[in-house]
Amino acid sequence: MSTTVPQALARDVSRAVSIDFAGVGRAFAPERGSGPARPVLRDIELAVEPGEVVAILGTSGCGKSTLLRITGGLDSATSGSVRIDGSPVSGIDPRTAIGFQEPRLLPWRTVHDNVALGLPRGTPKAEGAERVSTLIDLVGLSEFAGHRPREISGGMAQRTSLARALARNPGVLLLDEPFGALDALTRLKMQDLLLDILSAEPTTVLLVTHDVDEALQLADRIVLLAKPEDESAPGATIAQLLTVPGTRPRDRGSAELAELRGRLLDGLGIDRHGSARGVETGTSIPHYPY
Amino acid sequence: MTYQSEPDERVPGVVTTQGSSYDTTEARPGRAFLARGTGRLTSRTWFVLLAGALLPAIVLAVWLIASAGGTTATLPSPGDVWLAGVDLAQRGLLASDVAISVQRVLLGFGIGAGLGLSIGAVVGLSKLGDILLSPTLAALRAVPSLAWVPLLILWFKIGEDSKVILIAIGAFFPVYTTVSAALRHVDRQLVEAGRAFGLNGPRLFVTVQLPAVIPSVISGLRLALAQAWLFLVAAELIASSMGLGFRLVDSQNNGRIDRIFFVIILLAVLGKLTDSLVGLFERWVKRRWS
Repeated sequence: MSTTVPQALARDVSRAVSIDFAGVGRAFAPERGSGPARPVLRDIELAVEPGEVVAILGTSGCGKSTLLRITGGLDSATSGSVRIDGSPVSGIDPRTAIGFQEPRLLPWRTVHDNVALGLPRGTPKAEGAERVSTLIDLVGLSEFAGHRPREISGGMAQRTSLARALARNPGVLLLDEPFGALDALTRLKMQDLLLDILSAEPTTVLLVTHDVDEALQLADRIVLLAKPEDESAPGATIAQLLTVPGTRPRDRGSAELAELRGRLLDGLGIDRHGSARGVETGTSIPHYPY
Repeated sequence: MTYQSEPDERVPGVVTTQGSSYDTTEARPGRAFLARGTGRLTSRTWFVLLAGALLPAIVLAVWLIASAGGTTATLPSPGDVWLAGVDLAQRGLLASDVAISVQRVLLGFGIGAGLGLSIGAVVGLSKLGDILLSPTLAALRAVPSLAWVPLLILWFKIGEDSKVILIAIGAFFPVYTTVSAALRHVDRQLVEAGRAFGLNGPRLFVTVQLPAVIPSVISGLRLALAQAWLFLVAAELIASSMGLGFRLVDSQNNGRIDRIFFVIILLAVLGKLTDSLVGLFERWVKRRWS
C-alpha cells in the first residue's frame, strides 16, 4: 500500500469530530408479555476526541454492538444521550458511517457501485465516480471494481464494505467487529490496511471488537464494557478505560502491550495462566501508567 | 451433483489481501472437466432440443398409427387436424380467434400483474398493510375461479370486460403471493445497511428491496401468465362469440373433433411460447440481479 496520500483524498480530508456519551443506557422491552425491561447498557460516560480511535471491548452479549448502533442512529438510547460534534444523535446521521461485521454488499451491484452507495446524497456524478475509484484504489481493489460480490473473497468483500463507509466521508467511522469473520492472517493484514486508510482519511473511529490484540494494535484508547461482578446493577457499563501507549503501527510483540493484554483479558474474565509459567498474575513490569 | 465437489472459491481468507493473487482461472478446470465428463451430452444444445422433441415425436407416431384405421369422428388423423387448421386459417377465423384471445390474455395479465405487484408490495413492506389486507386476500384466493363467472356476467354482461376481469383475477394471485412473500424475506441486514447509508422510503425500496425480489417477481409473473391462459379458456368456454375457447365450444357443438384437436394443440404451443419468452427473460434477470 502506497503511503502517499492521493490528491483527491487530501482535498476533502474529513472533518473528524468528537463524540460524547452522557449517561447512555439501553434497556430492551421484554420479549413477550409485560415483564420488566431488560437493561443491557447503563451509565456510559465517555468523551471521544476528534480523530481518536477508541476500541470497545467486551464479552459477547455485553452490549458493545448496541452502543455502536446507538451512536450510528440505528438504535436509540433509553436514557442519556449521544452527541456528535456537540449535537445530539437522532436517527441515521449523515456524519457517521458504519462498517458491519458482515460485508452486507448488494449482490446485484459491482464492487464499484456498492462503494458508490456510500456517497453522500447529492454528490455530483463525476466527482462521486472519482472518489469511488480513489477509495477502491486505497483498499487495493482496482482490478476488481467491475466484479460482483459473489466473485470476490470474504476479505475483499470486507474491504469493499470499508470503502463504502469511507465514501460517506464520515466524521465518525463506526466499525462493528469489521474483521471478526475473517481468518487470522487476513485479519492482521486488514488491521494494517485500516491504519493506512486512517492516515489517508483521518476520522474519529469507534471500533467494536472482541479481539484484545486488535484493540491494542489499532486503538488510542480501549473501553472495556462489563457487567459488575456482584450483579449489584444489571446492564454493562465501562469497567476499564485504558490509554494504549506508543504510536501506531505498534510492535505486535512488545512487552508493554503484553502487559496490557493481560489486564484486558483479566477484565474479560479470561484466565491468563500466568502462574503456569512461574509468573505472578500481578504485574511483571511497573503498573500502567508508566 | 458433481458441483458440490468443487472447491468453494469464496471461502474467506483462502485469498490473501493482495487482490492480484486471486486467481479466477483456478476454478475453470473443474468446470471444463464437468463439461467433458458427466455433463457432456446433456449440456449440448442440439441434444437438449432433440431429446425434448422425442416424446412428442413418439406421440405423433402412435397417433398416426392409431388413427389410420379409425374414423374421423372419434380420433382424427394428424393430417385431418392440420387440414382443419388450414381451413380455419383460410376462413380468417384462426387469425381473429388468436388475436382476440392473445389480446384478452395480455390485457388481463397486465392488469392482474400490475395490481398484484402493487398490493403485494404494500402487504410485503408494511406490517399494517399485511394485517389489514392479507386475511381478505387469502379468502378471495380460496374462491374457485369459475365461481366468479356468473357474477361477472351479471355485472359486466357478456363483453370483453367480464373476460378480462376474470383473467386479471387469475393473474393477480400468483404475483401478489410471490411478491408479498419475497418482500417479507428480503435480507434484513441488507435493508439495515441501506438505511445506515441514508436510504429510506421509496429510495430504499428501489435500491435494496426491489432488486432483491426481482427474481421472485419474474417467477410470479411466469406463473401468472400460465394462469392467464387457463382463465382465458374458462372465460371463453362459458360465454363468447370469438376466441380459442369459443372455437372449442363451437366445434364441440358441431362435432368438429379435428378442430378441437387443432385448438388444443394451438393452446399448448401458444402457452409454451409465451412461457419460454418469459423464461428467457427470467434467466437474464437472474444472471443480472443475483
